[in-house]
Amino acid sequence: MKKSEKIIEKLILISAAVATISVALITVFIFQSGLPVLADYGVFHFIFGTTWSPTNGSYGILPLIFGTLWVTIGALVIGIPTGLACAVFLSEILPRKWAKAFRSAIELLAGIPSVVYGFFGLVVIVPAIRTYILPIYKIFNPEASATGFSILAGAIILAIMILPTIVSISENSISAVPKEFKEASLALGAGKMETIVKVLIPAARSGILSSIILGMGRAIGETMAVLLITGNMAKIPGSIMDPVATLTGTIAMEMGYASPTHQQALFAVGIILFIIIMLLNIIAQLSMRGLGGKAS
Amino acid sequence: MKKIFAIALVTVLALGALAGCGKQGGSADSGNAITGTVVTAGSTSVQPLSEELAAVFMDENPGITIEVQGGGSGQGIKAIQEKIADFGALSREVKEEEKAAVAQEYVIAKDGVAVIVNRDSKVEELTLEQIKKIYTGEITNWKDVGGVDASIVVVSREEGSGTRGAFTEITKVAGKNEAGVEVDNTTKNSLVQGSTGAVMQTVATTPNTIGYVSLGSLSDTVKAVKVEGVAPTEETVLSGEYKISRPFLYVAGGEPSEAAKLFIDFILSEEGQKIVEESGFVPVK
Repeated sequence: MKKSEKIIEKLILISAAVATISVALITVFIFQSGLPVLADYGVFHFIFGTTWSPTNGSYGILPLIFGTLWVTIGALVIGIPTGLACAVFLSEILPRKWAKAFRSAIELLAGIPSVVYGFFGLVVIVPAIRTYILPIYKIFNPEASATGFSILAGAIILAIMILPTIVSISENSISAVPKEFKEASLALGAGKMETIVKVLIPAARSGILSSIILGMGRAIGETMAVLLITGNMAKIPGSIMDPVATLTGTIAMEMGYASPTHQQALFAVGIILFIIIMLLNIIAQLSMRGLGGKAS
Repeated sequence: MKKIFAIALVTVLALGALAGCGKQGGSADSGNAITGTVVTAGSTSVQPLSEELAAVFMDENPGITIEVQGGGSGQGIKAIQEKIADFGALSREVKEEEKAAVAQEYVIAKDGVAVIVNRDSKVEELTLEQIKKIYTGEITNWKDVGGVDASIVVVSREEGSGTRGAFTEITKVAGKNEAGVEVDNTTKNSLVQGSTGAVMQTVATTPNTIGYVSLGSLSDTVKAVKVEGVAPTEETVLSGEYKISRPFLYVAGGEPSEAAKLFIDFILSEEGQKIVEESGFVPVK
């Protein structure tokens, strides 16, 4: 028995080592491939340059950074209220047996491949924006681009994609709030809505925040869906109806045919993406500690 | 515990014996014919054609396995540099900086790039000059080239794409600037799509669009315009009347292996070129 335990222990050690080593190897590989271009071209020029045109030797990724940030922010603006409302509805308002059906439907969303979301966006969301929203928008801005490939389209699709993450984690943490909190609030004469808004949500805030951070991570990293529907125009956008190119989309789209220097530049884009996500993680963890992660 | 070990041991032994059988049987079957594996990697435009050719070739030469991989033209050069492929497939000419890696170059087919517009467009015909001006952003309204009064929505392929390279070079959208450096002047106000299918879909569903795809992928969902009065067809590409066309290349890093040589001979044979034609591309012989 002792021998087999030892073997199992070794196996677990190996699995743990493989996971850690893969992360280290990926990091080393990305940095090794991308750093030469960053050094040659200049980090400042690379990050703040406004022209992304690798065939011509211009590697300014500011338009791509803007594209990624705008699409992500848009997704969060649409996704957080929807997701939170849905979580509250499922855990506090809907009768239990109905909630089960709703929950599995939302969890199903997480299983759909992202390229399917992208195609859905291409044939449904983009034409819908062109037919229904652009005519209204054009009254105020007649010069607007008239295609529907836009930040808005990307944000809508990403919002749907991050819903399962936000809903399921928020719902869990709302359900985990001790029953006494709710009972005490109701006993003091607070209404149902008052209890939800003033007691339950604040008590579950750290779980809600972590759901938002996970959702944001997914939105920034998402590639295929965004690639198909944002138009991939490497230009700093003027409004949410403008097409944009994102960091991930550009890497995925251009890697296949890239010449050697171009390929290194794409790895350098990967480095920047890496750093942005690390920063967001650190900020998120700090702010979570600030909020005091007690209740979840 | 002991039982499990015994079962595992028996399984391993059995598998080993079976594998041995397979090997012996294989070598007996093929006799003294050439055997081996040929790997091609590179342009995704060439990939469907390579697969078609490989399927027929493998039927006729059971001892040889052809592996067709994609990755893009740049990847094709990389693959022969790293010696992980026998042939790199390119859908463009070999670039100056890549010449050192290439020892052999075979033109296996030609492909035309069709300029497409939305089906509702009134425009039937464009000159190379007009196409150039549309793609460099000098002409931005359809009424300047004989269409309705509406802004032109330019759809382009991604930077580095072979189709884009061929298109911009032939239409002079790319050219040398005052300093003598080759520059791609495609307007920044163009939508960019990462594949032929996505370009087709965008042009088919969006009003006032113009795009370009390879001739083999053309379908009824979009309208191909005449360039300099010539419609894009196989005959006009081969005869050179249709101006926007490009070569499909196989490149090798050194002397090809026997099996690889057999494959390239097959492609350039009458039978191989017939497959090229059936796949919608233009045979070179």
